[in-house]
Amino acid sequence: MMKKKLLSLALAGMMVLGLAACGGNGGDTSSDASTDSSTDSSAAAPTGAAFKLGGTGPLTGAAAIYGVAAKNGATIAVEEINALGGDIQFDLRYEDDVHDAEKAVNAYNTLKDWGMQLSLGSVTSKPAEATSVKNNEDRIFALTPSASSTATIEGKDDVFQMCFMDPNQGSASATYISEKKLGTKIAVIWKNDDVYSKGIHETFVAKAEELGLEIVSDTTFADGNDTDFSVQLTDAQKNGADLVFLPMYYQPASLILAQAQGMSYAPKWFGVDGMDGILTMDGFDTTLAEGVMLLTPFNADAEDQQTKDFVAKYQEKYNEIPNQFAADAYDCVYAYYQALTNAKATPDMDATTLCDLMIQQFTTMTFNGLTGTDVTWDSTGAVSKQPKGMVIQNGAYVGLD
Amino acid sequence: MTFLSFLISGISLGSIYAIIALGYTMVYGIAKMLNFAHGDVIMVGAYICFYATTRFELPAIVGVILAIIVCTVLGIVIERLAYKPLRAAPILAVLITAIGVSYFLQNAALLLWSSNPKVFTSVIPKGNISLFGGQLTIPYVTLVTIVVCIIIMIALVWFTSKTKMGKAMRACSEDKGAAQLMGINVNGTISLTFAIGSGLAAIAGVLLCSAYPTLVPTTGSMPGIKAFTAAVFGGIGSIPGALLGGVLLGIIEIFAKAYISTQLSDAIVFAVLIVVLIVRPAGLLGKQVREKV
Repeated sequence: MMKKKLLSLALAGMMVLGLAACGGNGGDTSSDASTDSSTDSSAAAPTGAAFKLGGTGPLTGAAAIYGVAAKNGATIAVEEINALGGDIQFDLRYEDDVHDAEKAVNAYNTLKDWGMQLSLGSVTSKPAEATSVKNNEDRIFALTPSASSTATIEGKDDVFQMCFMDPNQGSASATYISEKKLGTKIAVIWKNDDVYSKGIHETFVAKAEELGLEIVSDTTFADGNDTDFSVQLTDAQKNGADLVFLPMYYQPASLILAQAQGMSYAPKWFGVDGMDGILTMDGFDTTLAEGVMLLTPFNADAEDQQTKDFVAKYQEKYNEIPNQFAADAYDCVYAYYQALTNAKATPDMDATTLCDLMIQQFTTMTFNGLTGTDVTWDSTGAVSKQPKGMVIQNGAYVGLD
Repeated sequence: MTFLSFLISGISLGSIYAIIALGYTMVYGIAKMLNFAHGDVIMVGAYICFYATTRFELPAIVGVILAIIVCTVLGIVIERLAYKPLRAAPILAVLITAIGVSYFLQNAALLLWSSNPKVFTSVIPKGNISLFGGQLTIPYVTLVTIVVCIIIMIALVWFTSKTKMGKAMRACSEDKGAAQLMGINVNGTISLTFAIGSGLAAIAGVLLCSAYPTLVPTTGSMPGIKAFTAAVFGGIGSIPGALLGGVLLGIIEIFAKAYISTQLSDAIVFAVLIVVLIVRPAGLLGKQVREKV
């Protein structure tokens, strides 16, 4: 009897801990203002001095590398625009969401109480899927720098993206690989409990088939068995894959690279924007990432004056090479600047008025920024721009073209 | 040949589960409690070793010893503060406390070390042994893990069956009240058990991160659960059972991934656990004890 009781206790405990492992990447909640304002439907009145621009992102926690970069990029753009002293001035505020949907909604509510008129949405997809619903309900226009999932913009007429949507990343990667003849036999390793990875995988496979790329190995992993990749790598190697596509974030990717080296398997590696950040991992041996290619809309080594200025400024201020998240956020602020100028908007307008103006502007205007030229948006909020191929050489990103 | 290399990957993963499972099973066998914080003590051990070797540039062996010392002390402190006051409480209260301690350690690690992933530098030299003309490679870290695992298991079996303190432990596990009447310091013995269990956790942490080198505050939680499963599989409370359960679990996991489906491997592992528990409720090597009611 006792034994049975113990066992059921043990199994119950295991389930609880299983849940803990899933949600275990929450960080500290320094700015987690859980005000009970969610019932308050009207936003605070605008002050009239500057446009209140708010965004949420993971400033702490496992995904902090993205949130901090976006915040920094947006800060530089706001400082530049404010220094011009024109009619359009911004007041920027970022709240921490620790890459957690619930905390993101709290952070959003804090921003709404503050009187946010325009929103930068959320930096990462999971929180953005939650905050974009609020943006839509409250009629506060949002332009997210980097939340790339389809659900972020789906069915919301006032939520726009600066980054490629996940499905587009998959098909763009396949097209790029095919055009540049980077590989013929392709292996894909993806994470099956992650919408981001799954979305890219599906469109990649579909597009690859269309283009005649042969997918010789298609393997997955999930939270909980993301330490040992020997099976996936052996499968790719055995089937003679000469290019391995990794639609995932950089943490598992770093393990895959290390284990492949351990088994002397050296295919070409091709990543997506989640790979950005691998070089700044604490203690990471950058030689492992040598030759890793990824498709990102931003190239810090580009020779144009705008990119050079931005990179120099970012380095001076934050002592780091900016990644694409920083560039996306920088572009978001400038896109707002252009749209507000065109619409002759003034800071004393309320969020709803601005929302209508912005929808009108963003669906008609063409924007030139760091992450692309002739950037346009369709009415769903999805962006259209050209991706740039990058390769890691001597521990730094270099443009492929 | 791929079969053999999968087998070796499985043994490698399994021997890490086994080392963690030894800590679980030891504490369960003697204190009759499931120490769910065990996985997080592993994480603490790995962080201590990481900082000792990378930030203070101490030799690897010093890092490992430091990790063992810190974890042993941590284990004793946790036991004193969280579990000892609950010695007479229902078993459920202790279990929930253990889950609480687990969360506490994870969040303390988040505050102390932030959640940016760290890349652990292996304490074991990188390299492989090549067999059959390079067709089969066995990393050194796998060999070391297996050897360490077997040494620990033998040492623990010897300790619990031959030494005076080990005998005291077994006496406590059979009947705390009677042991106390025989002049055994029950509280001291249980503290000692935790100290040994946590010291083992430090070794497990270092080996886990040497084999799979990313380190985040939740590093210990999933291997901890798998190891607990391994301990139940092998027969919780049985020291050789933990080793057997761990290695089998690792092999099943890798084979399920390789020959059935990479998507379903975890489901298959737990399905096997359920089948084993239906057939042998006490686990593979567990003692079938009839409870006197």
